[in-house]
Amino acid sequence: MFNLPSEYDIEIELDDLNKLTDAVLTKYGYDFGNYAMSSFKRRIIMVLKKHGIKTVELLIQKILHDSQFFEQFILDITVNTTELFRDPSFFRYLREKIIPVLNTRPEFNIWHAACSSGEEVISMSILLHEEGLLSRAKVYATDINHAVLKRAAEARYPLRNLELFKQNYELTMPKGKLEDYYIVKDNEIYFDPALVSHVKFKHHDLAVDHHFFKFDFIFCRNVLIYFNQDLQNRVFELLHNSLFLGGFLALGAKESMVWCRISDKFEVVNEIEKVYKKIKL
Amino acid sequence: MSGSFNKEQYHVLVIGGSAGSFPSVSRILEHLPNDYRLPVVMCLHRLRDKREGFKEALEIKSKMPVCEPNDKDLILPAHVYIAPANYHLLIETPHFFALATTELVQYSRPSIDVLFESAADALKSNVLAVLLSGANRDGALGMKRIHVKGGYTVVQDPATCSMNTMPQAALDLTPVDRILDLDRIIEFLIDLH
Repeated sequence: MFNLPSEYDIEIELDDLNKLTDAVLTKYGYDFGNYAMSSFKRRIIMVLKKHGIKTVELLIQKILHDSQFFEQFILDITVNTTELFRDPSFFRYLREKIIPVLNTRPEFNIWHAACSSGEEVISMSILLHEEGLLSRAKVYATDINHAVLKRAAEARYPLRNLELFKQNYELTMPKGKLEDYYIVKDNEIYFDPALVSHVKFKHHDLAVDHHFFKFDFIFCRNVLIYFNQDLQNRVFELLHNSLFLGGFLALGAKESMVWCRISDKFEVVNEIEKVYKKIKL
Repeated sequence: MSGSFNKEQYHVLVIGGSAGSFPSVSRILEHLPNDYRLPVVMCLHRLRDKREGFKEALEIKSKMPVCEPNDKDLILPAHVYIAPANYHLLIETPHFFALATTELVQYSRPSIDVLFESAADALKSNVLAVLLSGANRDGALGMKRIHVKGGYTVVQDPATCSMNTMPQAALDLTPVDRILDLDRIIEFLIDLH
């Protein structure tokens, strides 16, 4: 390992990033070629610093010859910062306006696309449980990262997040106490396994994979921000194909369908909470 | 002052500050005309869970429209953009933004370093940056990168700041083009028009 100061400058050119994404695509089938370059570049610099690798060329060599390192690389570059009930007003909105719609259906399908470590899955399960709908939900949660899918299925989080989780939950007009849903052991929060036992955790890459099921509600929040507009368009088509007519799509608080090629096939249900409804095939 | 200063070189004005610099930012916006030649892109440290109120408070004094950009929104002249709560704001290309929910940088999201570094990468020497007062070191690395790429850097004079850690951290890390008090910063920015 090189001993590098924390603020040394690494110059990465677009050309380096293209070589890297080509190598990853050819060898492993993951396509990062259409990620938003500004944030992708920061991730790559972070990876270089973390592993003491001096150039992108050396990083490419390591990735090509060490598939275990590649698994770590995927974990490092994918963004896994999320919260239980992130944007509480969004979940309050689901509780008040969307749950009653789902309640009219004998059963319904939910997809958490790019679910990361699963905090949103737990949040929705708690919501459905409190509204008495959990047993009617068929839930898929997918990500490109095997390691985070495993963590999500275990419903286990660092104890330091608990205060934030509680603050968020309290703002969702809860019908219970968050303590009802977890135990604390060895500095970790373990959520009730019943909150994830009905969830199918599955590997899926929005950049290359296709639709696999039809859904009444798709969560895809703070995922598209990491993609360029070409890839955003691809994903919007994939999400559109994955929704029943009348199905809902939720984006992140600062994501928008304005630039998307098929925006006319959706209507805005809530502009602030970024909930859209499929209105055309 | 550099004799080669050519205001036409600059295509974007980026401003960084902590929560305490809100009154300064408000005064700057009060003085910039509604047809200002540049987009004004700001990263101010703010509470992660307060989505509303910030933009509205700046709008009171600003002659330009104030927006919290959505992902991939266009960057337009005579508009003020502020980094949304709990997101990093990045300049993806000279023409549009990108957002990220990645880790805190310098204990901050939004982080000034993230905005400034992305601006330097996307716009090279076409960036003009102003770093205001604040109580942590965010922004120093970003100022350095803007300087290295040939952009113009202005730091609020630490001797005139209530919280001088942030401007001082930048001055310790990188040469800058100007060190000015708030009134001189405002004059300087008006002259850019």
